Amino acid sequence: MHHRRWPLFTVLGFGYAFLYVPVLLLVIYSFNESRLVTVWAGFSTKWYWALLENQHLLDAAWLSIRIAATNATVAVIVGTLAANALVRRGHFWGRAGFELMLTAPLVMPEVIVGLSLLLLFVAMEQWIGWPEGRGFTTITIAHVTFSMAYVAVVVKARLGQMDRSLEEAAMDLGARPFKVYLRITLPLIAPALLSGWLLAFTLSLDDLVVASFVAGPGSTTLPMVVYSSVRMGVSPQINALATIIVVFVGVAVTVAGLALRGRSQAGSG
Amino acid sequence: MSAPAPPSPPGPAANGGGIRHSLQRLRHLLPYPDIAIPALWLVLFFVLPFIIVLQISMAEPALAQPPYTPLWQWATDGVLQIRLNLQNVLLVWSDDLYLAAFLNSLWVAFVCTLLCLLIGYPMAYAIATAPERRRVALLMLIILPFWTSFLIRVYAWIGILKPEGLLNNFLLWLGLIDTPLAILHTQTAVFIGVVYSYLPFMILPLYANLARMDLTLLEAAADLGCRAPRAFLRITLPLSLPGIVAGSMLVFIPVVGEFVIPDLLGGPDSLMVGRMLWTEFFGNKDWPLASAIAILLLILLVVPFVAMQRWQQRLEAD
Repeated sequence: MHHRRWPLFTVLGFGYAFLYVPVLLLVIYSFNESRLVTVWAGFSTKWYWALLENQHLLDAAWLSIRIAATNATVAVIVGTLAANALVRRGHFWGRAGFELMLTAPLVMPEVIVGLSLLLLFVAMEQWIGWPEGRGFTTITIAHVTFSMAYVAVVVKARLGQMDRSLEEAAMDLGARPFKVYLRITLPLIAPALLSGWLLAFTLSLDDLVVASFVAGPGSTTLPMVVYSSVRMGVSPQINALATIIVVFVGVAVTVAGLALRGRSQAGSG
Repeated sequence: MSAPAPPSPPGPAANGGGIRHSLQRLRHLLPYPDIAIPALWLVLFFVLPFIIVLQISMAEPALAQPPYTPLWQWATDGVLQIRLNLQNVLLVWSDDLYLAAFLNSLWVAFVCTLLCLLIGYPMAYAIATAPERRRVALLMLIILPFWTSFLIRVYAWIGILKPEGLLNNFLLWLGLIDTPLAILHTQTAVFIGVVYSYLPFMILPLYANLARMDLTLLEAAADLGCRAPRAFLRITLPLSLPGIVAGSMLVFIPVVGEFVIPDLLGGPDSLMVGRMLWTEFFGNKDWPLASAIAILLLILLVVPFVAMQRWQQRLEAD
């Protein structure tokens, strides 16, 4: 069979090139001296320094990071609860509807999610006076609503494969269900919680459309700043920012991957 | 329940019974916070908003804060006035411009789903049949771009596709073309951007499906003298159908409503629903019309979404 595999690997090679060459070019041209992104004029790190002086962008980045971290934490809690319900509760009343509500935000076009949540927040403010204005809270709520579905998918997979004999042993020894969950189940699914948290964090950090709808006038997130400067044309500062994000994500994913690997080997070995 | 109910007309009583019944059901959920908390969150922040969108799609735009007329109000003599305005929905339905945007969105989503499938299937197949120790790394390489910013990956294509961009410079240097190609701000650029951004969503479910496939079936077919292309068509392809449907819907549904890619890479002619909704909302401040577009888009997506749910369950049942 093996001599037939080269066409497949050619496709795979071209596929990876398609996925990675644009990002690679972005990184290379972030070190370009020229303002023209497409003409190479010598090596320079000046766009990184310009980025550090761009207070508007730094403020937006800080707001985005705070929203992303809060979102990831809440999404991991609610998403894990949902995954637990799906894996362990069997057929409960309204299960089909529950699953439907949980998966729909995964594919729902962002413009619909953003518009509908904004209209909800406006209506709620009229009825009960909360949320007062829009900003950090409303963006975080909106992000949790779609992030928790991703967390649920990740945690569900892990819970489904989990060996339950340890939990049963602890129960037999008289541990209360809550304690069993805290001391045995959670540590066992911790890698999934970590990857769910990171996934929710990046999803939030990346969102332009939903945040644009539910943000107030005073709250500008990083993607909004990037979007408005991209609309003005290509800017080497955005290349520098992209490089920082790519390096950060690369390191985070590698560390998380190694951690997961170490754990799963320790667990199985 | 035991308190004697005051005599009341049958309608409200039945209604009250329904509510009491539902409340009882809800009380049964209390010991199950893992069901109750996510369900409550999703009802409040995902289902309820749609009802409000539906309601506002039938309001009229107004120069007020918020910019639409209330759907119902108490008139001075205590009569509840309800004004339903179907103008917006009818306008979106009958106006050629909106219709063109809807049709174009479906067309873009269809073409891109097909392209993702044609590129993604061989890639998923190659990964699924690779030696087991290499699979994790290969799969990681598919997921990794998904973790970096979507907006920035779309931005990368502006620098590549624009007239004085990297692709044109490269082709000119090769001598393949004499004058730069106009790709940016065309439908072609939208296709490239969408396929680039959504390819991982196609590959992952296909891989999950193909990796679980029983390869001994193919060996059995080969032993019985079945040639590889035929074995692929008769065995592999039908067995991977759930993965194909799941991946296709994961691409198709969000692309129909995509905003960022047509906005940054598309031209004035690449009308898409997501962009239209954005313009009505942010540009024209017409919230009712934007809501009407959202409702019609939602109705359009119900069928592919239900199909996805069905096949997803089949995929999990396998």
